[in-house]
Amino acid sequence: MGKTLAEKVWDAHVVRKGEGEGANAQPDLLFIDLHLVHEVTSPQAFEGLRLAGRKLRRVDLTIATEDHNTPTLDIDKPIADLTSRTQIETLRANCREFGVRLHSLGDKEQGIVHVVGPQLGLTQPGMTVVCGDSHTSTHGAFGALAMGIGTSEVEHVMATQTLSLKPFKTMAINVEGTLRPGVTAKDIILAVIAKIGTGGGQGYVLEYRGSAIRALSMDARMTICNMSIEAGARAGMVAPDQTTYDYMQGRPHAPEGADWDAAVEYWNTLHTDEDATFDVEVDLDADTLEPFVTWGTNPGQGVSLSAKVPSPEDFGDENAKAAAERALSYMGLEAGTPMKDIRVDTVFLGSCTNSRIEDLRAAADIIRGREKDPKVRMLVVPGSARVRLEAEAEGLDKVFKEFGAEWRFAGCSMCLGMNPDQLEPGERCASTSNRNFEGRQGKGGRTHLVSPVVAAATAVRGTLSSPSDLESASTGTLTGIAV
Amino acid sequence: MEAFTTHTGIGVPLRQSNVDTDQIIPAVYLKRITRTGFEDALFAAWRKDESFILNQAPFNAGSVLVAGPDFGTGSSREHAVWALKDYGFKAVLSSRFADIFRGNSGKQGLLAAQVAQDDIELIWKVLENAPGTEVKVDLVSKTVECGNVVATFDIDDYTRWRLLEGLDDIGLTLQHEEDITAYEATRPSFKPKTIPAKVEAS
Repeated sequence: MGKTLAEKVWDAHVVRKGEGEGANAQPDLLFIDLHLVHEVTSPQAFEGLRLAGRKLRRVDLTIATEDHNTPTLDIDKPIADLTSRTQIETLRANCREFGVRLHSLGDKEQGIVHVVGPQLGLTQPGMTVVCGDSHTSTHGAFGALAMGIGTSEVEHVMATQTLSLKPFKTMAINVEGTLRPGVTAKDIILAVIAKIGTGGGQGYVLEYRGSAIRALSMDARMTICNMSIEAGARAGMVAPDQTTYDYMQGRPHAPEGADWDAAVEYWNTLHTDEDATFDVEVDLDADTLEPFVTWGTNPGQGVSLSAKVPSPEDFGDENAKAAAERALSYMGLEAGTPMKDIRVDTVFLGSCTNSRIEDLRAAADIIRGREKDPKVRMLVVPGSARVRLEAEAEGLDKVFKEFGAEWRFAGCSMCLGMNPDQLEPGERCASTSNRNFEGRQGKGGRTHLVSPVVAAATAVRGTLSSPSDLESASTGTLTGIAV
Repeated sequence: MEAFTTHTGIGVPLRQSNVDTDQIIPAVYLKRITRTGFEDALFAAWRKDESFILNQAPFNAGSVLVAGPDFGTGSSREHAVWALKDYGFKAVLSSRFADIFRGNSGKQGLLAAQVAQDDIELIWKVLENAPGTEVKVDLVSKTVECGNVVATFDIDDYTRWRLLEGLDDIGLTLQHEEDITAYEATRPSFKPKTIPAKVEAS
């Protein structure tokens, strides 16, 4: 019988097969091709190596960047928050001691770890990629098996360049059809999570398939794979194709010459065989999909933007009912309110989900020539220093600044508020990030997850809005953002 | 890692689903560079509310957390497990755990026991009707007892074995170092290396 994409990548990395079969099988030992490191989940792992007198086995397969704690203003000054500064300085000292390549704040290649890996060409099809960060699933967009790990596993990978893993089940997410203008990859993944739930992917590797996925750019595929973890899945993947190769070619660490040809020959084998079967298949219709937005405090609590805030009574399951009641109370929302009547205080365009150049372009296309609602503050935080430079070369920074948005330096920023970019208690935010958990963006902050174009339209109108809600005058710009 | 066979301690009913890692430990506490001392960070936002269960005796002395489904969703932060352990929890019962959280628990000797939701409901009732009731979690027999409720729980065999033996993962893997070296020799040349950097330093 044929194999799925996930199974092919898995099988190609088995160092040692676990003994036994089925439920009683021991885990396989898998080789890790790329280990991405950042300041938050690594200090205790480096310390563990030091205490045990162990080396970092493959510094040539390891790369570090500073992202979670980094300020997005005044980056040439010492970091004001002492504990943040200590954590960054600890990463710098550890990388020096163990010989790990590091892109520090101020470096042209610094940025969110999941933006940096792909843009350097280090993320490639068929690889195993890990990082002490749950959004490592992002790299699955290249047909890599990429997953987030805890600090103990970070230390394990540092010491052995392997991980012990129990085989996953496989789930196909079939998205057929054509997205309408103003509907994006973010809406696909929010709709998938609303459909299968925050635990629906638990124990599975998801493979996104179908004509709507094939039509997506790499930046858009990364948005989808990024949020696989919000459905509980360990990883999400898209089979590589010409779109992938075109993105890869010429990147600093992409293969060259004969290596490129050998790589492409291998990458061409990385697709699910026709006679392979998935444990579960889920279908989503791209033709009828509308912009999606969350109303609650987990990413599964989402609805179409044209819908109303649901009532707890809409949920049959007692746990879901209680969760909805609690979420409405935290979010300060009344059941039955049209989503589009909800006024926001802040718009955040950024995070490893939506901070790549295409995200910035799509948002800029919406706001160009329009005025921001004066009561709304808008933060634009590029995913990496490289994305920021690219955007500035295209003049996007001017579009955002003229609109009245704040143009910041790269990092995770308000996605999780480990730096000064946080919401105040009660402050409501339309955010292109990935988690609407209680307090995620700042204590008491209220988050609605949206796509970059919905974020931009919301900044114009002050209430949750889709691009089609703006006056028809310049909707010509909508072409080309259907991806 | 300390071996785990059985544990008996006060049960804490946490009637809530989707307890995510940002609730277990908010990001602001992740700036520390130590592996211990996170007890104050556990459920930090909720503990500001006097009615929160861990602010009430005898639950504040609890060591077995009995939670709703989808416990530990969200981030990969192992700090969530460290915070639960530092507070004094030895086991968490839930009908469904997020994968990464469950993996992290297994590495740190915190037992993540998967119990059917119907049994969780029965245990919640016992703990709410008689606060301070102890829960016995037995990893050898994979059973949990609370008042008159006796239930079984699921845990994968490999994690169970490692917990029972208190084994160090890295040490186990390094017993197979020859296999790793042999695998490394077969990797194709087109796979990327981070060093030397193919970008200018700035």
